[in-house]
Amino acid sequence: MTDALTLPNSLRSQPDANGHFGPFGGRYVAETLMPLILELERVYREAKADPAFEAEFAELLRSYVGRPNPLYYADRLTQAIRANAPAGMGAKIYLKREELNHTGAHKINNCIGQALLARRMGKKKVIAETGAGQHGVATATVAALFGMECKIFMGAKDVERQKPNVFRMKLLGAEVVPVHSGSSTLKDSMNDALRHWVSNVHDTFYIIGTAAGPHPYPELVRDFQSIIGKEIRTQMMEAEGRLPDLLIAPVGGGSNAIGMFHPFLDDPEVAMIGVEAAGEGLDKKHAASLAGGKSGILHGNRTYLLQDEDGQITEAHSISAGLDYPGIGPEHSWLHEIERVKYMPIKDDEALESFQTLSRLEGIIPALESAHAVAAAEQVAPTLDADKIIVVNLSGRGDKDIFTVADALGAEM
Amino acid sequence: MDRLSTRFAACKAQGRAALVTFVTGGDPDVGSSAAILDALVEGGADVIELGMPFTDPMADGPAIELANLRSLGSGTKTKDIFAIAAAFRARHPDTPLVLMGYANPMLARGPQWFADACSAAGVDGVICVDVPPEEDSEIGPALRAAGIHLIRLATPTTDAARLPTVLNGASGFLYHVAVAGITGKQQAAQAAVEQAVARLKAATDLPIAVGFGVRSAEQAAAIGRVADGVVVGSAIVDIIGSHGDAAPPFVRAFVAQLRDALNASSPQFRETAA
Repeated sequence: MTDALTLPNSLRSQPDANGHFGPFGGRYVAETLMPLILELERVYREAKADPAFEAEFAELLRSYVGRPNPLYYADRLTQAIRANAPAGMGAKIYLKREELNHTGAHKINNCIGQALLARRMGKKKVIAETGAGQHGVATATVAALFGMECKIFMGAKDVERQKPNVFRMKLLGAEVVPVHSGSSTLKDSMNDALRHWVSNVHDTFYIIGTAAGPHPYPELVRDFQSIIGKEIRTQMMEAEGRLPDLLIAPVGGGSNAIGMFHPFLDDPEVAMIGVEAAGEGLDKKHAASLAGGKSGILHGNRTYLLQDEDGQITEAHSISAGLDYPGIGPEHSWLHEIERVKYMPIKDDEALESFQTLSRLEGIIPALESAHAVAAAEQVAPTLDADKIIVVNLSGRGDKDIFTVADALGAEM
Repeated sequence: MDRLSTRFAACKAQGRAALVTFVTGGDPDVGSSAAILDALVEGGADVIELGMPFTDPMADGPAIELANLRSLGSGTKTKDIFAIAAAFRARHPDTPLVLMGYANPMLARGPQWFADACSAAGVDGVICVDVPPEEDSEIGPALRAAGIHLIRLATPTTDAARLPTVLNGASGFLYHVAVAGITGKQQAAQAAVEQAVARLKAATDLPIAVGFGVRSAEQAAAIGRVADGVVVGSAIVDIIGSHGDAAPPFVRAFVAQLRDALNASSPQFRETAA
């Protein structure tokens, strides 16, 4: 999965041997988990060097996930933006159609990769945390595919809010464990998944859903998700004969974004925007760790976190459950500090507007997460010349969000 | 000698294991902590572990997690924890005090600030649950420079190959986590504890304290026969959970039972009693 031509001084050569991306990342876990994390790293290094591993991963992505998914030129969206832009302005917008993957989002890419690692380590049980249930469904799916026992930790509030996904997971043979601790949402489900893991290290593999957690998770999740950026590279060369000018992706933990960005980090002509959830606004309740947080340690890594002056974690808020997390993957914290990627906040109401815009103009109902990226594109495109090219990562489809959106719009279902 | 070594040596001289007790600072509220800590000492605790509350205590089971949330819910701040520690030190000049908690609250103002605050409050050692030896540079150098022990944890998953890494930079005592799991209910088999302690003793001269899942006087006595210290946390925290600010007499009585059991398991004590 690594590119043999990647140079040591490349932006793509992170993390270092100890899992650090500059000052971020690392391995901040209880001693009980350390030996397992070191073993996972060893197995991952072996797997990366094993052509059979890569071949099996690629084949499952093709025949099971349905890759490559299309890079689609969104003509009506582009024209609508140009209609309100100054003459000659309004970049061309392409959508990377991750929402067409099996299970409806980018999450499955990573789950396939980690299930292959679990099998390689001889683990027959997998666990995962989930917020809205997308990662839970993807994990339950690969557990069924690989014949593994599966437990999904989900905040009790989310279990109540996301009944269709809870039932999907059960249909797929997974056990859904409602988490009542703390605020009963995503961060608490991650706490309880870690508690279960530390008590069952001998036979259980933890499939972390985003490019965060202790090393080597941020690296391996990124590597598995990098298929997104690699495909865009090839598809854009075919479509336009050149690289795009700007990549835009939503960032919660940030796995779809890092998967999209990473293959382009050494191409200085390609700009990148990660879109954080600004919730009700940065001065109110939000989930923008970079814009409104500071460096700290949680869930195995050092990264930007929403916290108070004593280092207590504060609750995140976003209309999108997938972005409703008080942290962010460590590589994003590093890319933010070195200013290779620009991070931009988008509020709930802006995302809701773009959710409807994309549905009406392109016939594509985006996930609320992805709608944040569409909103950013709608704001940035009119400031760019018409010959510029933007790719938006349409990380997931919006079927799961119709209840939330109907509620926010005051519509009767 | 510093307070920790002095106390472990004194217990050894009495032929018994040291009793190490844990409570979460500010549980149920800041005002109740002094009386609860005094009850630990009066009951016969040798070493006090004072938990710094954290919103996300992911190595802890329900008992201590709830204690963390009770403390934070009643408004406990980091400055209150250091005030509780400093006042304890003034009342109990000889009892070793160890802060236990998670990296984020400890390092929120930087390692130097934390080490200085520990030093000023008379804290003897620190257990930081989520900073393994690999990330020692976050906190270790600042504590060592301030003369504060960084107490490391060894677990059932810490194998022979890894043990030297854990011991490198460890001081004060070595905390053996008896079960691969979280604090609270699971209990380790006595044979496994004995085997582990023997293995650790062969590798270090540091006192070995055993904790996680020790809930009764009988268990404490059994572990005390082989280890240099026995750590009891969740069982005491449960008492505080049930009785709130009326907990001190119940805490004192329970700790006294633990201490009596350790005394009784001491060969010297039995001789004296006879």
